[in-house]
Amino acid sequence: MAGLRLAGLGHRSLAPLDLGLEAGELVFLSGPSGSGKSLLLRAIADLDPHVGEAWLGDEARSSMAPPLWRRRVGLLPAESFWWGETVGEHLPSDRTNGTGAETPIADWLTALGFAPEVLDWSVKRLSTGERQRLALVRLLAQTPEALLLDEATANLDPANRDQVETLIERYRRERQVAVLWVSHDPEQRRRLGGRSYRLHEGRLESES
Amino acid sequence: MSMIQLSPWDLALASLLVLLLARMSWRLRLGVERRVLIAAARSAVQLTLVGLVLKVLFAQTSLPLIGLMALVMLSVAGFEVMQRQTRRFGGPWGYGIGSLSMFLSSFSVTLLALTLVIGVEPWYQPQYLIPLLGMLLGNTMSGIAIALDNLTRNAWEARGKIEARLLAGQNWEAAIEDIRREALRSGLIPIVNAMGTAGLVSLPGMMTGQILAGSPPMEAAKYQLLIMFLIAAGTGLGAMAAVWMGSRRLFDERQRLRLDRLRGATKN
Repeated sequence: MAGLRLAGLGHRSLAPLDLGLEAGELVFLSGPSGSGKSLLLRAIADLDPHVGEAWLGDEARSSMAPPLWRRRVGLLPAESFWWGETVGEHLPSDRTNGTGAETPIADWLTALGFAPEVLDWSVKRLSTGERQRLALVRLLAQTPEALLLDEATANLDPANRDQVETLIERYRRERQVAVLWVSHDPEQRRRLGGRSYRLHEGRLESES
Repeated sequence: MSMIQLSPWDLALASLLVLLLARMSWRLRLGVERRVLIAAARSAVQLTLVGLVLKVLFAQTSLPLIGLMALVMLSVAGFEVMQRQTRRFGGPWGYGIGSLSMFLSSFSVTLLALTLVIGVEPWYQPQYLIPLLGMLLGNTMSGIAIALDNLTRNAWEARGKIEARLLAGQNWEAAIEDIRREALRSGLIPIVNAMGTAGLVSLPGMMTGQILAGSPPMEAAKYQLLIMFLIAAGTGLGAMAAVWMGSRRLFDERQRLRLDRLRGATKN
């Protein structure tokens, strides 16, 4: 599996920065609201115009078609949006994703406390917390090789938060996936460990 | 049957009705008398001028002059399309997308009708070209304006959904597919409705004019049918071109949704 590397990546409120994540490494990012954390994740996923380059292993983002990059470097936004009627419509129809091994979607659903029937549910019936948890399953179903998480557990109660943390940690260890996690919760950072950075006045500062 | 010429007196008599309307508006305190009178005066001046211009054009059959007239018509229509956008593209695109798609559809369909269908000799004979082009421009203009407005407004509102689809690894065309389809549909609905009710509710304007001017009703009906088919084709082509160009412009070369290319709601 591959690491994630940012080279001179910056946007209008963030000076160009360099940051490297090993394969399977967990890095936390915090900072006051408006410091550009979400914009940084959006820039890595190539959703906004910005400067700099990103690498997945030894493959440059600019050498890859944007849809392929976004599938491999998966971003989980703070607010999840759903374009179809049912939950299942949003998952890839090919459950093997070309790798031969079937993606364990049912396992992931169980790990987050859902029955497999949830795939037939209408998105409109879901609560905010349910949407947030199912958005994670939707993201993992595209088998990303690096994860960008924007406040993945912000609106969840402790029990659900623990389930989400466990699932992300399991996915990270099993597949040796680099995870860049924006979290304002110091407890969470302590609990899960890993390097920790802080965005302050447009610069990246190392914490701990 | 021959045409009964209208004298200035006949028109003066009809204009008395407008004056009466203005007077009633004043009496009933509707407050629109000024606007009624100004609009009536404007239409009188504009139609007289167009009549004079066409008289000169028809007498000369000169291609450069006709081309100039067509260009003026196109640029006014392009401006009108831009004005009707709640969120229009910034820079030259705001004017360009509408005008170019109108140019592509109206001019090609008019040319096709003149050379292949009606068979006018020479093809640019203004008595056929100018009214045909006018009808096509007028109708494609509404279709394109509605379709483009629908596209940009819905894309603006569905930003989260579009970006969610991009993040799921879909390409830009898949991500905007629903919105594009809806925009195209909305642009085509007026002409489809017009074809569906033609002749049942009211006689279309052009057919009415021909009948009043003394044409046999069947001839007028045939011409009206021709025009309707041309308009349907022209509106469809124009709306497709505009929606395609517009949706392409909403994304950049890295397939990012670029709503910053739209100007915010300024009017209305």
